[in-house]
Amino acid sequence: MQFGVFTVGDVTVDPTNGREPTEGERIKAMVTIALKAEEVGLDVFATGEHHNRPFVPSSPTTMLGYIAARTERLLLSTATTLITTNDPVKIAEDYAMLQHLADGRVDLMMGRGNTGPVYPWFGQDIRNGIPLAIENYDLLRRLWREDVVDWKGRFRTPLQSFTSTPRPLDDVPPFVWHGSIRSPEIAEQAAYYGDGFFANHIFWPAEHTRRMVDLYRQRFEHYGHGSADQAIVGLGGQVFMRRNSQDAVREFRPYFDNAPVYGHGPSLEEFTSQTPLTVGSPQQVIDRTLGFRDYVGDYQRQLFLMDHAGLPLKTVLEQLDILGEEVVPVLRKEFDSLRPAHVPPAPTHASLRAAAERAAQSGDTLAGTGAEVDR
Amino acid sequence: MTSRTLAVVSAGLSQPSSTRLLADQLAVATRDELVGRGDTVELRPVELREHAHDIVNHLLTGFPSEPLRQALEQVTGADGLIAVTPIFNASYSGLFKSFFDLVDAEALTGRPVLLGATGGTARHSLALEHAVRPMFTYLRAVALPTAVFAAPEDWSGGTVESALRARIGRAARELAEQVHRRPASSGPVDPFTLTTDFEQLLRGGGDT
Repeated sequence: MQFGVFTVGDVTVDPTNGREPTEGERIKAMVTIALKAEEVGLDVFATGEHHNRPFVPSSPTTMLGYIAARTERLLLSTATTLITTNDPVKIAEDYAMLQHLADGRVDLMMGRGNTGPVYPWFGQDIRNGIPLAIENYDLLRRLWREDVVDWKGRFRTPLQSFTSTPRPLDDVPPFVWHGSIRSPEIAEQAAYYGDGFFANHIFWPAEHTRRMVDLYRQRFEHYGHGSADQAIVGLGGQVFMRRNSQDAVREFRPYFDNAPVYGHGPSLEEFTSQTPLTVGSPQQVIDRTLGFRDYVGDYQRQLFLMDHAGLPLKTVLEQLDILGEEVVPVLRKEFDSLRPAHVPPAPTHASLRAAAERAAQSGDTLAGTGAEVDR
Repeated sequence: MTSRTLAVVSAGLSQPSSTRLLADQLAVATRDELVGRGDTVELRPVELREHAHDIVNHLLTGFPSEPLRQALEQVTGADGLIAVTPIFNASYSGLFKSFFDLVDAEALTGRPVLLGATGGTARHSLALEHAVRPMFTYLRAVALPTAVFAAPEDWSGGTVESALRARIGRAARELAEQVHRRPASSGPVDPFTLTTDFEQLLRGGGDT
């Protein structure tokens, strides 16, 4: 099982002292967090992509390329890549380039973006959100899998004899997750291609996540990629820890009360009971996280949101120490011991390359469309 | 004999409130009308005061607490709706509007709704027509012709009370007729149901 952190990259005033980091400080802090993630033994760092304030990460491959050069093992990912407003041709090329630079330590999570005014800045319209996600992603897959593409669609200019460059590393496209909070169509899209499905999870009741993951698993089986319990599922999580749980609650409360998204609404106690947010001791985080499996089944990737709402970098790094030293080793062991042998781990570049080689040797046709290539 | 559910939303703030009193009278009168037509009726009162904090939290976080989720499903899954608000500053109360802002815009389509309101003076009565009715029209609910307003003098007895009684009776008959002629509700819509398959989505998106 993979464990990691995902960040939205918000610039938020620290409510305890009124201090707001500069964009530059926040960008460097994100990099420091990624390096720390590798240092404490986490597997994945995923950055958001945003083109509106108060967020800074508008150029994920620039940041991930820099992090790639300064890490050895860390898997670099996104949360999310905007499949609606980015040109799929540019996504294909940017992430294939990143694959080469990072020696394959790359995957992506597709998302639509939910801020209406952003779409027209990139020539699009939020009312086409789902059709854009469907058409753009289908083209993106072809650009990674077919050397020469002729294509015509609704949302971008046609392509004639186009070759996306560079080609994916070892001709193995990066694994893709699809993130969605409440659109059954996106669970369906992930299932259709045999891709991963990532449930944001953190701002929503567990029942909500259970329903979306269940739909994805059923449809994954329906489309013949394996049994429902073999589908590739990722979850978000949100934690704040101190050795003594009362200290954790006291320290986190002002950040919670003033946070973007849920601040000035429900109490910390209400929100922790209604959503996966866990504020307490490392053992409480372990117990709560193991409980996710009860409603989504055995899953492959757990990402934690650690650095938002104005938490200072120093605090975030302390949190990552606790996560890496006390929480994740236990979770890794427990989840691994519970997982049946037929449930696969999350695909990586190495596993996808091995699968492609096996498929080629067994003489299967590599039409470049089916998910059998991915497995 | 068909079994029917009536959701009875009251946005009264005091306890007891005249808004709840009017809602209850409308509910009982409608139930009696439906029973007279051979239906069985389950009344589902939804007192918005009990959900006030959860309604604001839902507006901010995007999801309902469990008790509020159940209240919303009682409303969207009912055969008929009785919705009663106090009139503040010439319109529905903010709590009443905030609750219905959380109802999906499609969820009440075609649903018979009896509108009611209370106010400190009869001069507020047309707020039912210029504020409450347009909101339900927007939601494509079937707002019944008779909307019932109760002013202080309506509660004070004498002939005026019988005038309110008569309005309640007429409104209840209208709602009962609309509910009775419809097939029974199949319950609230499940937002996680897949309504299209992927090949369809893909064709809609255009391809070579």
